[in-house]
Amino acid sequence: MCGIAGIIYRDGSTHRIGDEMTRMLQSMKHRGPDSTGYALYGSASNGSLVMRYKLADANTPRDFEFEDRLRRHRFEVESRLAALGARIHEVEEETPYAFRVTFDYDGDLKLLADFVEDIPEAEVLSLGHSLEIIKDLGDAETVHRQYGLDEFEGTHAIGHVRMATESDVDIAGAHPYWAYPYSDVAVVHNGQLTNYFQWRRRLERAGRRFMSECDSEVIAVYLAEEMSKGLSLEEAMHKSLDDLDGVFTYIAVTKDELGVAKDELAAKPLVLYESDDLVALASEEIAIRQVVDHEIETYDPYEREVLVWKR
Amino acid sequence: MEAIAGERRISYDARGLAEPDAVAPRIAEIDGEKARLDARDLTTRTINLELRRLLYEEGVKEVEVFNPMSRHSLGVGILTRCKITFHGSLGYFACGLIDGPEVHITGRVGWSACENMMSGVVVVEGNAGSLTGAALRGGDLVVKGRVGARTGIDQKGGTIITLGSAGSMTGFMMQRGRIIICGDVGPGLGDSMYDGTIYVAGKVRSLGIDCVPGEWTDADTELIERKFRIYGLGSPPEFQKFVCGKQLYNYDSLEPAERKLVI
Repeated sequence: MCGIAGIIYRDGSTHRIGDEMTRMLQSMKHRGPDSTGYALYGSASNGSLVMRYKLADANTPRDFEFEDRLRRHRFEVESRLAALGARIHEVEEETPYAFRVTFDYDGDLKLLADFVEDIPEAEVLSLGHSLEIIKDLGDAETVHRQYGLDEFEGTHAIGHVRMATESDVDIAGAHPYWAYPYSDVAVVHNGQLTNYFQWRRRLERAGRRFMSECDSEVIAVYLAEEMSKGLSLEEAMHKSLDDLDGVFTYIAVTKDELGVAKDELAAKPLVLYESDDLVALASEEIAIRQVVDHEIETYDPYEREVLVWKR
Repeated sequence: MEAIAGERRISYDARGLAEPDAVAPRIAEIDGEKARLDARDLTTRTINLELRRLLYEEGVKEVEVFNPMSRHSLGVGILTRCKITFHGSLGYFACGLIDGPEVHITGRVGWSACENMMSGVVVVEGNAGSLTGAALRGGDLVVKGRVGARTGIDQKGGTIITLGSAGSMTGFMMQRGRIIICGDVGPGLGDSMYDGTIYVAGKVRSLGIDCVPGEWTDADTELIERKFRIYGLGSPPEFQKFVCGKQLYNYDSLEPAERKLVI
């Protein structure tokens, strides 16, 4: 089933989106209790980059050397960043296995991500100037508490509650997906893709990496591939309607846009609320009502619709 | 096990059934045959239990529900004649499986509103999601806004009226009843329909398999004028009529293996 949600403030002002997204996702817990994920866009920190990465997954065996390995790998990440010429400002330990690092760097992001992910078990969850992807097992309240999202302020966000159907229940299979190696692009998806393996093989041949067995990852990487060829987010999303088979509603975000696309059959739900100051969308209206406290006018987009809002 | 939905705590039993021990909260203000219920701090089950208590035990005939907050499955399975007004929007499965009530919803409804309604009237002032009136058996469902995809899927009776547009696959596999759409409809109108009638005033993107234009009769004019008059929808626009072409009716032909047995 899965539930997706998105919120964007049109004037670009910052709000407590971590808290707002948690309320939206928690109200849709019945759509997917396996894992919860957020892609939050904070206020850009004067040109420095933010990277969120993890060094172990939920299913990684917790053997005797587990903690020792984590320590070594953590040190390895920092030394590899330094080796590429990145000036690290701060490394925050969110959980024993998930970290957030801010640094200055002006080289190639793909090179950096590949170099970090070369470390065993390491996965770059997000990389960009304002994008931060937070995902873990459990419902929204659990992840919110674990990662301290209370104080997170930003301009727009998307989120996902997952009911795993196509791949494992682990953090690698949780949404949102970062559009590797394109900075500040993320995707959440509700549905199933039937030509997943075709696209995965095509994109792998084009040099893209996949970190999970989850079909939704292909959407993020597909959009990254199309956008790197010069298409805008909206054009890439329009193209995806013909290229991707299956049933889907997905939300894609960049550092200043939020877009939604629906498949040919309109098989997966989405409710949309547009006002002068914000756009909120979710699988169920009950989620939107968590952030808008009055009766609202909403509607369901039709089949093959692509809608993009800028902040 | 406990979970928080907004500011409300919901408990689940070992099977995952929400609120297994819920009881009617008895907070509605009853005034003779009328009652008012503020649902803001109630959960889905307690709202429905309170509605049942009012209608079945207290002899109330007219209920007004405030602050439904787009919650799912409200007003389901009411099997008595009564009047219910929801001031606000409802979520999925609103007023499903009802038999008799006259329901007025001032907001919007989510997916699968009035699924399997047997009789009664439901009027929605706003828009409706997909699968509106799925497997409708009888009664009238009036949506004053637009509806999503697959409206009237598997419809077996009754009438669905929408003043706005409708999405793809409207009337998919419908078997009986009427769908009246004043706006445009998406692709695949009346796909694989068995019987019934679809009236469309706007543009039709494409017809589904075995859905064909039908011949207009006086009975059609009478029906549409009557429904528009009853619900105060103004003067009806000009409609096109679509019915089943019955080209897929193969009920009399036997499978090759069966044919041998008959001979």
